[in-house]
Formats: sequence, structure tokens, C-alpha cells
Amino acid sequence: MNDIVPGSDDDVLSTAAKWKDEGREVALATVVTTWGSSPRPVGSQLAVDGDGNFSGSVSAGCVESAVVEAAAEVIANGAPKLLEFGIGDDQAWEVGLSCGGNIEIYVEKIE
Amino acid sequence: MKADTLRAVLEAREAKRECALVTDLESGAEMMVAQGKAEGALEIGDGLKAEVDAALAKGESRLVEDDGRRVFIKVLVPRHRLAIIGAGHISQYLTTIAGVAGFDVTVIDPRTLYASPQRFPGATINHDWPDEALDAFGLDRGSAVVALSHDPKLDEPALATALRSDAFYVGALGSRKTQALRRERMKGEGFTDADLDRIHGPVGLDIGALSPAEIAVSIVAEMIDVLRPEKKGYGKKQSA
Repeated sequence: MNDIVPGSDDDVLSTAAKWKDEGREVALATVVTTWGSSPRPVGSQLAVDGDGNFSGSVSAGCVESAVVEAAAEVIANGAPKLLEFGIGDDQAWEVGLSCGGNIEIYVEKIE
Repeated sequence: MKADTLRAVLEAREAKRECALVTDLESGAEMMVAQGKAEGALEIGDGLKAEVDAALAKGESRLVEDDGRRVFIKVLVPRHRLAIIGAGHISQYLTTIAGVAGFDVTVIDPRTLYASPQRFPGATINHDWPDEALDAFGLDRGSAVVALSHDPKLDEPALATALRSDAFYVGALGSRKTQALRRERMKGEGFTDADLDRIHGPVGLDIGALSPAEIAVSIVAEMIDVLRPEKKGYGKKQSA
């Protein structure tokens, strides 16, 4: 059972590389800061392809859909983006962390 | 990130080497740093180099300020390794459950009928005598050893090797009576009470586990329990 577990940290990076090798557009999202209680630690990653398929996690599922949307933009224009999520911000009603923490997520395109 | 940098990170992972991926969040430039190897376009000055070394030493990813830039250091450490002695029913479940939990698992049992690829698909299997197999495995502070053969001929040489190493977890199957008898025998070999207190036995957290799969869950839970004592209690209601 030393095969890579789907969704594990190893799997996120190898999935990103595999997608890239297949000719797909790929973005990588990384949790770079957390304040308060956050479900996934700093360094947690999510790979997204051009069709919105994703592997890994940056929260307990709360903000992944918003990150996938932002990844589409990053893939389209190539410029990295820093996203911020927290219970206190304007998007809290729509997309937020119900745990009450704050996180910053860096989204970049694999070139 | 450049695809070449990503490939360099994956190569380091494959070689079980720790590495850091350093990214300037303003420019997007990055650099992969591993022992004796670097890949990428980001220039790393002395100040940032010291931050990267500190993050690697701690084994934790972090965001740092460098010359007014925000730089993220993603640390990738090799997976923890688990050596299982004995290829019985519990070992089959432990191989699967520990593997899913992120451990790199090796099954050690000279009995080829037990330690077969059919019974342990995908696992690393070693048919040498346990003490020799563990010498080859190279126990370090990122390693765990669990003796499950229930046969002193196999378990005890493995436990003796484990107690002479920096392994972060040493566990042994067996009732309290079996544990007490083993303790007496191993004391005769020169091990002290303090040495022998390192052995978690009866193995696993006390969660009322009954089936081989449940016992495997309790063992994985106990390994995690001793792995990061500093994280314990976080977000939990403290009992009096």
C-alpha cells in the first residue's frame, strides 16, 4: 500500500504534473497563511485543471469552489493571485470558513 | 510555477529527500532547494537562505518577509516509515490503514508464505530475519516499528534493534502477561526498565478494538498520538 493515496499531498503535486504532461492547463493553490482555527495547515495544496477538476484541499470543503473559480482566471491570464477568505469578510455569507478562521491562498499557473 | 521546478520537487520526493519550494508571492518566481540540488529562477540571498534552512530544520512550511517581499517556503519532508514485523491478519490491515494515513510501509517476515505479494499487494516486503531487515531499513527518528508476529523468535530481535535506535514509536502485540514475560527476558539481555518502557504493549490505543481491522486502527491512532505531542489538545475541551 505504498501507492500514492488519492488526495494526499504527494498526490496533489504528481496529479498536477500528470495533467500538465497530458497537455492540460493546470493551476496550483497553496494555503500560505492561517489565523485562528483553520481546517488545513499552511502548505496544504489543491491542483485544478482547465475544466475545473480538482485534487487535494485547502479547507474542509468550504472555499474549494471559489478557489477553482479563481484558478480558471489564473489559467486564462497567467498572473498569480492571492485570495483571502474569512468569516469576517464581505463574501462570508456566500463563501467563508464556518470555523471562524482566516486563510490566504496563493493561486499560480503551472507554465 | 515552471513545470521543470515541479518535476524537480517530485524527483526529490521520489528519492525520499526533503526539499523546500520557495516562491516570491509578488513576482511568482520560485526555486526548489534540496540537498545538493536547486532548480528555478528565484534568487535566494543569505537572509532568505537562513529562513529556508530554519523552515527545513523545523519541517514546517511558512510565509516570511524578505527585503519587503512576501516569500512562501513550502517544506516537503519524506513520509514517516513503518516497519511491521510479522505478516499475519492484523499486519494486512495495518499495511493498508497506515498506508492511507501517509506512512511508507515495509512488511518483514522470513515466512514467504505469509509475506507474499498476494497478501500484501503494493507493499515493500523483506524476507530477511527481522534484526537484519531492520538494519537494512535504517531506523531513524522518522521511523516506527510494530512487532505483530506474536512469536518471540521474530519479535524480540526486532524490538531489541528498535530499542537501540531513535525510532519514534515501538509497539508490540501481546497480552499484559506476554509483555511481562518479554520484559523479563529482555532485561536479561541488558535492557533497562527505561529502555523497555519505550515499548507500547499491549499495542494500540485502548479503544476496545476487537477485529484485526479495528486493532490496526488503534495502532495507527497510537502512532499519531506520539508523533506530535505539541499539537495535542488543540481545539479540544480539556478534561479536568
